[in-house]
Amino acid sequence: MSKLLLLGDEAIAQGGLDAGISGIYAYPGTPSTEIMEYVQMSKMAEERNVFRNWSVNEKTAMEAALGMSYAGKRSMVCMKHVGLNVAADPFMNAAITGVNGGMVVVVADDPSMHSSQNEQDSRFYGKFALVPVLEPANQQEAYDMAFRGFDLSEKYGVPVMLRLTTRLAHSRSGVERVKAREENKLKLPEDPRQFVLLPVIARKRYKLLLSNQESFETESDKSDFNRYIPGDDKSVGFIVCGLAWNYLMENFNERPLRNPVLKLCQYPLPRKMVEQIANDCDELIVIEDGYPLVEESLKGFLERGIKVRGRLDGTLPRDGELNPDHVARAVGLEVKSGKNIPPVVTNRPPAMCKGCSHIDMYNALLEALEKYGKGRVFSDIGCYTLGALEPFNAINSCVDMGASITMAKGAADAGLFPSVAVIGDSTYTHSGITGLLDCVNDRSPVTVIISDNLTTGMTGGQQSSATGRITEICKGVGVEPDHVRVINPLKKHHEENREIIKEELEYRGVSVIIAQRECIQTVMRKKKDNKSKQ
Amino acid sequence: MKIDIILSGVGGQGIVSIAATIGMAAIAENLNLKQSEVHGMSQRGGAVQSNLRISDKEILSDLIPNGQADLILSVEPMESLRYLPYLSEDGWLVTNTTPFVNIPNYPDIEEIMNEIRAIPNHVAIDADKMAKETGSPRSSNMVMLGAASPYINLPLKRFEEGIRKIFERKGEDVVSANLKALYAGREFAQENK
Ligand SMILES: Cc1ncc(C[n+]2csc(CCOP(=O)(O)OP(=O)(O)O)c2C)c(N)n1
Repeated sequence: MSKLLLLGDEAIAQGGLDAGISGIYAYPGTPSTEIMEYVQMSKMAEERNVFRNWSVNEKTAMEAALGMSYAGKRSMVCMKHVGLNVAADPFMNAAITGVNGGMVVVVADDPSMHSSQNEQDSRFYGKFALVPVLEPANQQEAYDMAFRGFDLSEKYGVPVMLRLTTRLAHSRSGVERVKAREENKLKLPEDPRQFVLLPVIARKRYKLLLSNQESFETESDKSDFNRYIPGDDKSVGFIVCGLAWNYLMENFNERPLRNPVLKLCQYPLPRKMVEQIANDCDELIVIEDGYPLVEESLKGFLERGIKVRGRLDGTLPRDGELNPDHVARAVGLEVKSGKNIPPVVTNRPPAMCKGCSHIDMYNALLEALEKYGKGRVFSDIGCYTLGALEPFNAINSCVDMGASITMAKGAADAGLFPSVAVIGDSTYTHSGITGLLDCVNDRSPVTVIISDNLTTGMTGGQQSSATGRITEICKGVGVEPDHVRVINPLKKHHEENREIIKEELEYRGVSVIIAQRECIQTVMRKKKDNKSKQ
Repeated sequence: MKIDIILSGVGGQGIVSIAATIGMAAIAENLNLKQSEVHGMSQRGGAVQSNLRISDKEILSDLIPNGQADLILSVEPMESLRYLPYLSEDGWLVTNTTPFVNIPNYPDIEEIMNEIRAIPNHVAIDADKMAKETGSPRSSNMVMLGAASPYINLPLKRFEEGIRKIFERKGEDVVSANLKALYAGREFAQENK
């Protein structure tokens, strides 16, 4: 078969399709979004009628994927790293229930926080849950791991994690496919109580998972994703994880590499291989994109074994994404450099688009809040978070999806009045509804602004779960109908909008203002699509 | 043979279409390719770049190491300077001169141009103006690709094929407008080395 030019994300999607998935579940999040988007555009997925709709959040996605696996079919679930926090409960417990049809959990980490609140390393979750973790070094491995991850998952009846980072997720290269296989047939689990995690059953299942750990290690030792390459300069050996392999080899493209190297792409740690490199070398340098997970476990708290260097001792930067130059320095090579950036070059942070509805919403809100002073706007995650920057300086928090409403509530409970939340429509359905119910139950004096642009804007305009139904949902949760207000955030309605916000700020109960106008980007895209159809 | 290119601009200016055209040309020549892109709208209006690596050998890193880029191709003048540490000693900087001003403290354009002129191997071209002159104001990115094409060691016909493929959906008029833009940019670069 000819090579396809695929992003790491797309390679995973194609690998999953060829492995015979019957469904893919996901909530958008950079850098994982393109996995689902690829499947949604795929002819093969259409022909097979693979389930491929966005879920409301990562937790519902993970649970639905587990349900599909329960029914005997293969499922994939995809998210960004912080999405796994939301889905951590089903993830940890899926490791205990185990799976029936194969299940691969794809998590895309974002070291350097290109578009995230933190750079947490999902391999810790994999270790925490005691499941095998695959970490591709390149696009081809991303494809192969997605495919073979299902074999591993079905062989041991466990979910398998596939972890990648932004750089690979969003870099394109040639990928060769293997022959696609059929989907599984519907088949219920042999043990009807496998998924019933009552303590008596959970204890048994947990012991089974523990007893599998040795096999997982053996799998890592046998895996051809892991490779030990001997070398005669034994003063130091390199352990390179995932795509760090490329950065190391880039530096030895034109010069011989004489040190032993362990290419590490499947976890748990391959015991025999690690023992071998440790026995062979005087010292180890661990190169990994993310937290120093491998480094820490080899080093040990007391540092009594072999000397291990890496991110913890400054051989590599403690945080941020790696690059070939970091790795060159770490292994003692010189780094070239071009010219410095001239001082005239100024920062250019991302900004809300011209004509964005969030801008008009903020203009009205800021004026309405003038008399109360600053420091009372809890916001959330989405394009509207850019309201934190000049010229708006409008918001005082952005923590995790949904936290605007609940933090505003907590501050109101503490006596802050008025206390305001600003949340997007997709974030509201992801994790805001439950918090609003808390507010309603306690009649908390909060003003919630749902800045509803009818889409999931920040991640590229995916469908938002409850477009057209936000007002009804708020009323259904129990907000008094008189205090669910809908405004049209346009300059020409500025005064009217400001007055409505002012009224609701005064109200000592729960009020919701839905500032509703379609995202300017999706409007333009639709126009373009219509034009090219004509 | 290897070509390492840094594409730069502002999120929303569409550097991905340039990357895609070069990528297709490389694939058609049976070369290896790695192309790291910026995705998601989180970067809209902000500085964006893309690393494009082409080689007849296996390509390892998705990122271009410092001081090794053969070409910086920028659709915005200030952004062309942001990646100078990556440019190799004999590399070329090819940039559009029309500034994209979306920040209040955008520097004096003359100061930017002075820095660009200080790079011995540079081509500075008003791609927006040239695109208008060729009759298709929206194809300034293809003017830029044309201007950079003498420094990308791939046959011109591969770029033409790439443009055809990308724009054929939009009709023959759009294809020919973009081809015209490509030629205009290329001609300018060859005359203004
Ligand atoms: C748990 C989690 N999942 C996904 C994301 C990625 N993400 C950031 S903003 C956003 C969408 C926000 O959409 P919406 O609330 O409608 O606001 P908009 O961007 O449209 O203004 C997503 C999916 C995240 N940061 N955290």
